[in-house]
Amino acid sequence: MTGANPFAPTSLEGRSLASQGVAKAGFLVITLLLLIPALGIVGVLLVEGWPGMTLSFLLEKPRENGAAGGIATALVGTIWLTAVALVVALPVGVAAAIYLSEYARDNWLTRTINVAIVNLAGVPSIVHALFGVGAFVHFLQFGKSILAASCTLAVMTLPVVIVATRESLQAVPKAFREATWNLGATRWQTIWRIVLPNSGSGILTGLILVVCRAVGETAPIMFTGAVFFRQLFPNGVFDKTMALSLHLFNVSTQVTNVPRHVPFAVALTLILVVLSMNALAIWFRMRLRGRKKW
Amino acid sequence: MVTAGPSPVAAPPALLTVRNLSIRYGDKVALQGVDLDVRPNEIVGIIGPANAGKTSFLRALNRMDALVPEMQVDGTITFAGRDLRDVRNLYALRSRIGVVFPLPVGLPLSIYDNVALAPRLRGVKARSELDGIVERSLRRAALWDEVKDRLKSLGSLLSGGQQQRLTIARALSQEPELLLLDEFSIAIDPVTTMRIEEVLKELRQELSIVLVTNLVQQARRLAARTAFFLGGRCVEIIATELLFSGGAKDQRTIDYLEGRFG
Repeated sequence: MTGANPFAPTSLEGRSLASQGVAKAGFLVITLLLLIPALGIVGVLLVEGWPGMTLSFLLEKPRENGAAGGIATALVGTIWLTAVALVVALPVGVAAAIYLSEYARDNWLTRTINVAIVNLAGVPSIVHALFGVGAFVHFLQFGKSILAASCTLAVMTLPVVIVATRESLQAVPKAFREATWNLGATRWQTIWRIVLPNSGSGILTGLILVVCRAVGETAPIMFTGAVFFRQLFPNGVFDKTMALSLHLFNVSTQVTNVPRHVPFAVALTLILVVLSMNALAIWFRMRLRGRKKW
Repeated sequence: MVTAGPSPVAAPPALLTVRNLSIRYGDKVALQGVDLDVRPNEIVGIIGPANAGKTSFLRALNRMDALVPEMQVDGTITFAGRDLRDVRNLYALRSRIGVVFPLPVGLPLSIYDNVALAPRLRGVKARSELDGIVERSLRRAALWDEVKDRLKSLGSLLSGGQQQRLTIARALSQEPELLLLDEFSIAIDPVTTMRIEEVLKELRQELSIVLVTNLVQQARRLAARTAFFLGGRCVEIIATELLFSGGAKDQRTIDYLEGRFG
């Protein structure tokens, strides 16, 4: 049988097909534009900073306010700040998320808490810094120290920990909870045996977010515990410390006679710390997800 | 076939007595003025169209209202001689009343841990005792032969029918006196449904069952007495044999049985 192709596009259909193609191409171009800053940042840092990235740069203590020597004390200080911030933020954040997801009823208290969390997430980091000075350095008398700086970072990152954890808790089907309650389990037994073991990936997400922010933030720690220059490694949480982010600011703008590659190498180190922590957490998450549970 | 329910004169004392039960969710009335008794070793069927209040009824029997803030229960429910409203220790209550929901719930634990969960919550630690409970419960739920070689694999990855029997095994692991089944066959195939029905007939020797079902014929096969719920009211409760031999008194029951609505 011959005849007109029944699927030949009408003129209207032809126009929609054409605009469909234009739309797809347009969105693709805009998305590709995103790659420019991402590749640009990494590219510049690699080109400019790589020559400075030597083992001795990482392992030597800085000299001459950072113009010479390495970044060992800043690197170690950043690890201290991040680790202590995690130790403070994770338990508090997870506990709050458990309360909000598993216990809280929908009343004014819960709504107030939710508004507070959203607002806390929107507070600029410099304001967190001032809060940290008042609350931790002076009121709790931690002094200018790792502890005060990490607590400030912890307060700042709490909202993301809470939200990420709460979402992963709520992703555990309600049917599991009801089934466990109906076996005579208390809420806590249900949380401990069923809900928490199945929301590990969300807790890990919270962890990643804390690490990223804690490693990168400058303002909150420079008021509360990070110092311009210090050749000693911290001995405990009440010591002051150098930190990579603040060090980057200093060698870029405050110190004279810094070799050109040093700021780039510091920035590259900063990014590598964040990326490696992320990679680790993502690998953990894939392993958790790999075990399909339902 | 199931024999007719015992005549009222010879009725043994009820295990569960429900008087004037009403349930509201906020402003919405789900159930009104329901009276119903469940006797020892009896299967009571509850039939009726959607939104008749059948599921709410089961939820009230299990004191689910304590977990659902907007659920408001009025009336008297007496179980094992105690008014349920006076029971503070709901955890003990829930271990004496087992529940099986419409959709099978295999908890994301191993098959063994699924069944051992409730005994463990009650403090049973000895491996041999747990082994015994797990095997007995799985046997009673007609699942043992299919899973005895892979008790360590995940219960949540079993097939639907197996998960539903796992759910029943879990409910049986605490030796309940009353088992509440809410449209247990909705998500499983007819062959598995018949197997579970056989299981229920066996279980009747040991406990009482309230069976909410959309399948009129399922109530006919299993229940000694059947209640017909409609629009939040219990229209009538009657010996199943009588119901299916044209003994229903209410025209709405007859209409429902003949498929004129619902």
